[in-house]
Amino acid sequence: MVVTTSWYLTLAAILFSMGAVGLLTRRNPLIMIMCIELMLNAVNLTFVSLGSELGDLGGQLSVFFVLVVAASEVVVGLAVVVAIMRRRQGATVDDLSVLGG
Amino acid sequence: MLDLVWLVPAFPLAGFLILTFGGRRLGEPTAGWLATGAMAGSFLATAGAFYDLAGRDVHDRRSVTTLFEWVPAGDLTVDVGFLADPLSLTMCLFVTGVGALIHLYSIGYMHGDADFRRFFAYLNLFAFAMLMLVLGDNLLLTFLGWEGVGACSYLLISFWFTDEANASAGKKAFITNRIGDWGFMLAIFMTFATFGTVAYVDVLDTTAAGTVATSTATFIALMLFVGAIGKSAQFPLFLWLPDAMAGPTPVSALIHAATMVTSGIYLLTRVNPIIADAADWVPTLIAWTGAGTALFAATIAVAQRDIKKVLAYSTISQLGYMFLAVGCGAYVAAVFHMVTHAFFKALLFLGSGSVIHGMDGDQDMAHYGGLRRLMPVTAGTFVIGWLAIAGVPPFAGFWSKDEILAYAWNESPLLWAVGLVTAVLTAFYMTRLVILTFFGRHRYADPRPDEVEEAWASAIAVAEEAVVAAAAALAAAVTASEAATDEPDVAEAVVAARAAHEAAVLERDGIVASAGERPELPALALYGAPDIGPVADRLPDQVATRSDHHPHESPWTMGLPLVVLAVLSVLGGLIQLPFSAATKRLEGWLEPTLFGNEVHLSVGTGTLWVLAAVAVAGGAVGILVAVAAYLQRRVDHRTFEQPILADAWRFDRLVSNFMGGPGRAGFEATANFDSTVVDGAVESVATMVKAEARLLRRFHNGLVRTYAAGVGVGAVGLVVWFLSRTSF
Amino acid sequence: MDAAVFLISAAIVLTGAGGVLVARNPVHAALFLVQTLFGVAVLFVLQDATFLAAVQVIVYAGAVVILFLFVIMLLGVDRAEDLGVEPIVGQRPVAAIVGASLLGMLLTALLVSVDGPTGAHGANTALGDAADNTRLLGEALFTDYVFAVELTAILLTVAVIGAVVLARRVRGPLAPLPVVVVASVADDGEQGDDGPPDVVEATDASDEGEGA
Repeated sequence: MVVTTSWYLTLAAILFSMGAVGLLTRRNPLIMIMCIELMLNAVNLTFVSLGSELGDLGGQLSVFFVLVVAASEVVVGLAVVVAIMRRRQGATVDDLSVLGG
Repeated sequence: MLDLVWLVPAFPLAGFLILTFGGRRLGEPTAGWLATGAMAGSFLATAGAFYDLAGRDVHDRRSVTTLFEWVPAGDLTVDVGFLADPLSLTMCLFVTGVGALIHLYSIGYMHGDADFRRFFAYLNLFAFAMLMLVLGDNLLLTFLGWEGVGACSYLLISFWFTDEANASAGKKAFITNRIGDWGFMLAIFMTFATFGTVAYVDVLDTTAAGTVATSTATFIALMLFVGAIGKSAQFPLFLWLPDAMAGPTPVSALIHAATMVTSGIYLLTRVNPIIADAADWVPTLIAWTGAGTALFAATIAVAQRDIKKVLAYSTISQLGYMFLAVGCGAYVAAVFHMVTHAFFKALLFLGSGSVIHGMDGDQDMAHYGGLRRLMPVTAGTFVIGWLAIAGVPPFAGFWSKDEILAYAWNESPLLWAVGLVTAVLTAFYMTRLVILTFFGRHRYADPRPDEVEEAWASAIAVAEEAVVAAAAALAAAVTASEAATDEPDVAEAVVAARAAHEAAVLERDGIVASAGERPELPALALYGAPDIGPVADRLPDQVATRSDHHPHESPWTMGLPLVVLAVLSVLGGLIQLPFSAATKRLEGWLEPTLFGNEVHLSVGTGTLWVLAAVAVAGGAVGILVAVAAYLQRRVDHRTFEQPILADAWRFDRLVSNFMGGPGRAGFEATANFDSTVVDGAVESVATMVKAEARLLRRFHNGLVRTYAAGVGVGAVGLVVWFLSRTSF
Repeated sequence: MDAAVFLISAAIVLTGAGGVLVARNPVHAALFLVQTLFGVAVLFVLQDATFLAAVQVIVYAGAVVILFLFVIMLLGVDRAEDLGVEPIVGQRPVAAIVGASLLGMLLTALLVSVDGPTGAHGANTALGDAADNTRLLGEALFTDYVFAVELTAILLTVAVIGAVVLARRVRGPLAPLPVVVVASVADDGEQGDDGPPDVVEATDASDEGEGA
């Protein structure tokens, strides 16, 4: 069996959906950010697969930048989580509903 | 001078503004002279314009002076402009002339009133509105004046508004007029829809050229007629005019005799091409409404005791004549009667005001009588006015009324008959008024019914006291006799006391019986002082004061206008004598405004002489019957003064019952409809928004995951949309 | 051979992802994440993207996840979260629908298309073989895309500074966090127009001072 691009893309789609479901389902902020990482990884996989199919280095370049941005996003996001959650034990995102109306 | 025609309404407007904003310092007589001066200035401006217009060639007698553009609203442009043509200048002449005389009269009449300045401010404002009505060159400007005179009428009728009745009368006038205004407004809308403009020049010229559909012209004419009915107090919108007599007499003279009430006829004469183009039943309706109202009002005037109410119903009746003339196509006759009526009716009202002034405000004719020696100028001028309105030749009223009757005969003999009966009744009730006021015995010193009541009550009270005193004396004598039983004078004293007591009781019972049996005091003690029996010396003091105090003649400011109007009432007929085309000056003068719609008399000169003779005879009959009833005791006057006539055929009560009963139900239903359906529809929008908001508020719970779910759903939606647009 | 590697890596990736989803303990979830990342790195190598595989392991698995673990340690958020109850009504169904729809649509787009998921082949930068990958990436980055590289450098700097500022310890007693009493999120719409939910001051004793 030859591994075609479609296989990679299918895997990426499944990974992406699982990340989305996890994001909507989990309450712990850290785990939610981890689900975001899953989605980003799925996207990276997609980029690389398509890049290799099209014979274009642009796919890998895109992944490079996505990686950088994801890293900085995680940094800032965790800093925010630390700033908010530091005061309470066992906090979940459901407790942050002050902006409700 | 014609392009200075805007001065005519400008003078009273300036007068009003000065009096309103600077009048407090002006003080009593100055405010009056200022207002009169403004009217006089207006009259001079009118005279100048008239002279100018008369100097022009017959076919050129129409001048439009535009001041500025008033309403520039897309297709509708309305200017403030003045149309100076024979009809409007004729109206202006008598409005300003008679108005100036009435202003002069008011200086004397309103002397001592606390609201002197306010009165003259309102009078000038009224003059301004009336002149705008007459001089306006388009329907909208006329309507401005129309509403203005309605508002001023309200202000002036309820001038002494601290009395509830006066305020109600003002409201009644305003509301009844408003019903007519509705018709006027519909006519304006239709005119704009048909002609694209509301200016008289364009509308009338287009109509005279014959390009207007009959149904449109009928509608417009009918709606204008509705407006005229309201303003000129014809059936069924006449209710307000008798009540309007609550205002000061100069107001009644100016507004409700000479000027405002004639605006309806002016309007109909102005739009005579539209009436000519309307269906045939429209002029017939106008004529019959006028004739019917004339007769109706004349029957009521026969039985009225208030002098001003008689004149009010007389005005309604004479206005009916003018509508009759318009309906018969005799526009010149209508205008002629309008002019002469202004003279003699203003004279009659001012004369009655003089009488009221001399009688210190008493308006009941039962208290008048024999005033001709005490108020000679008033009596003399009043008699001239009486002769004019009764249609006695050669006074002005005879010529104008006769012309109307001739045209009525031309139209339909039945109309003529109604007009004739009305003329007879007019002569009758006016003679009655003159006799009751100026002739016969003086009745103002007669005791009045309430005073007689009081006298009898006091007599009975005195008798009761006597009885009580006698009873007390008897009791005392009895006690004394029981104390000293053997003294003979004590026993005699008891007997005497008993006899005195019985006498007192008898006397008291006798007085009570006489009081019960005494005859009804006559309403009009025409032929001798009323017999009030034994209580003549018990009458209250005011009766004696009355007989000492005599009514006095009025000052020259009130007398001069009376004299001038009397002269005009004598000579007024000269403007339209029917003998030949040369003497028919008014007809020639008004011809350019009539567009040939004046009906031509198809009766021969012989018939005209017969009709005139019959009218004169009818008037004579009326006068003689009134003399027989009120002066010579040959006919019982009470046969004419039926209570139903005094009650105005109970029409007022009919209207009140209708408005209070089904009318109120209708009003409340409309109000309920408005609050539930209309307001409910608006509120339901708000309610729906609130419900929607309540529904949507759930998504704003502030929870991150809900928002994340929203993002996810949105993302799914986007992908669906993109997928649907690709082709595989 | 390739297929076997692929399938094994795919299994690793998916089990890791599933573990992230269902792990109660965040530390376990972080470890499962590492597993997924390794799987993805293997898949990168399979595609001749050797540099990226290395960067994936070093940066993602080696730095980002470590960062996660540090934060878990710092906050003490190791208490297990109860996965059985879902306080927000309808969240699980919505999640299921979103996931299923996304998956379905993506698969549809992939598999239904006649010519495969991609269009015309056009190469901006040629792809080399595995050995040349690093060199080619470096050349492309620092010649054609050097502007973007500089921007990402600034981005990283800003992110670091921001993180330091955000997570700074504040001197003095900390103000309590406002607690919103979300009594029942389910049915708050039916009670009419009562105002916003009550805000109650939290009274956590552990807010004082600089306790860990």
